Amino acid sequence: MGFIDSFFRKKSSGNMAKDRLKLVLVSDRSNCSPETMEMIKNDIIDVISKYMEIDTQGLDIQITQTESEGGNGNVPALYANIPIKEVRFHR
Amino acid sequence: MSEVIVITSGKGGVGKTTTTANIGTGLAMMDKRVVMIDTDIGLRNLDVVMGLENRIVYNLVDVVEGNCRIKQAMIKDKRYSNLFLLPSAQTRDKSSVNPEQMKKLVDELRNEFDYILLDCPAGIEQGFKNAISGADRAIIVTTPEVSAIRDADRIIGLLEANELKKIELVVNRIRMDMVKRGDMMSVEDVIDILAIDLIGVVPDDENIVVATNEGEPLVGKDSQAGKAFENICKRIMGQEVPVMEFEVDGIFKKILGLFKRGY
Repeated sequence: MGFIDSFFRKKSSGNMAKDRLKLVLVSDRSNCSPETMEMIKNDIIDVISKYMEIDTQGLDIQITQTESEGGNGNVPALYANIPIKEVRFHR
Repeated sequence: MSEVIVITSGKGGVGKTTTTANIGTGLAMMDKRVVMIDTDIGLRNLDVVMGLENRIVYNLVDVVEGNCRIKQAMIKDKRYSNLFLLPSAQTRDKSSVNPEQMKKLVDELRNEFDYILLDCPAGIEQGFKNAISGADRAIIVTTPEVSAIRDADRIIGLLEANELKKIELVVNRIRMDMVKRGDMMSVEDVIDILAIDLIGVVPDDENIVVATNEGEPLVGKDSQAGKAFENICKRIMGQEVPVMEFEVDGIFKKILGLFKRGY
């Protein structure tokens, strides 16, 4: 892939394959069933809902990989994207 | 001094049987006494890849059930008198054999052979469990595709859980032209993801199709895949052989090719 290629093409399919594979393997290896993920998700909704109103439909959680802060390569991480509808202020 | 090697992959169609046939033939070529066992009961194929399909009398299930002696079921190769095939049964299913029976059979063969190769069926069920039960060493075959590598990862986990420690990888059907374009994962990518030792890389080679059509493994013959399998055999025997650089047909070679064809 030359400079011009990388300029015009978004991402090579080989790299896409590698990235997708890495994600799939993290959840395969973590042995986390979809049921468990659903339970974690519901618990998160319960906890956050005490403090703010969240968009439960738009909530997305998954196990991914992230660069370790200790510098020992990639480590699994629980990623959660929780859209907030309204923050309830308790004074 | 004998070694039992299981050739496995998880996913079907990545080249387990072709790899088994070529490694078996290659090791025999190097004067080792070798027996290949087709453990894919119900879907036997190693016999046709070896071109020995017309010589089958008894099979693996017959041996296990005591209908014949091991010697009667083993078929001698066409080219090498030190190479044998123990074919699988076509009309039975995987439950006809259990891991203990398989282990016993393999242990009986240890006295007579240097290498016992087990061609494992696809999947992670009974057939897989049978095939790995007696093995000392595993060779995982994968192709540079998401599905094949994912399955290979699962297989590696299962082998490790079964205390099989010597696990090595063959990356099959790699196309260097596509890797260079960025449209195929490289060997480095695959090793990076699976984190196991590499024992060989086999390029996608039309000659493999031809060899399988003819029922004669191409190991050692003058082709890229033939050379790659020969190197794998040497590495199995403990020799250090550098991974060869596969040529991508460059412009020069293509022009030369045009002249050769008479265009």
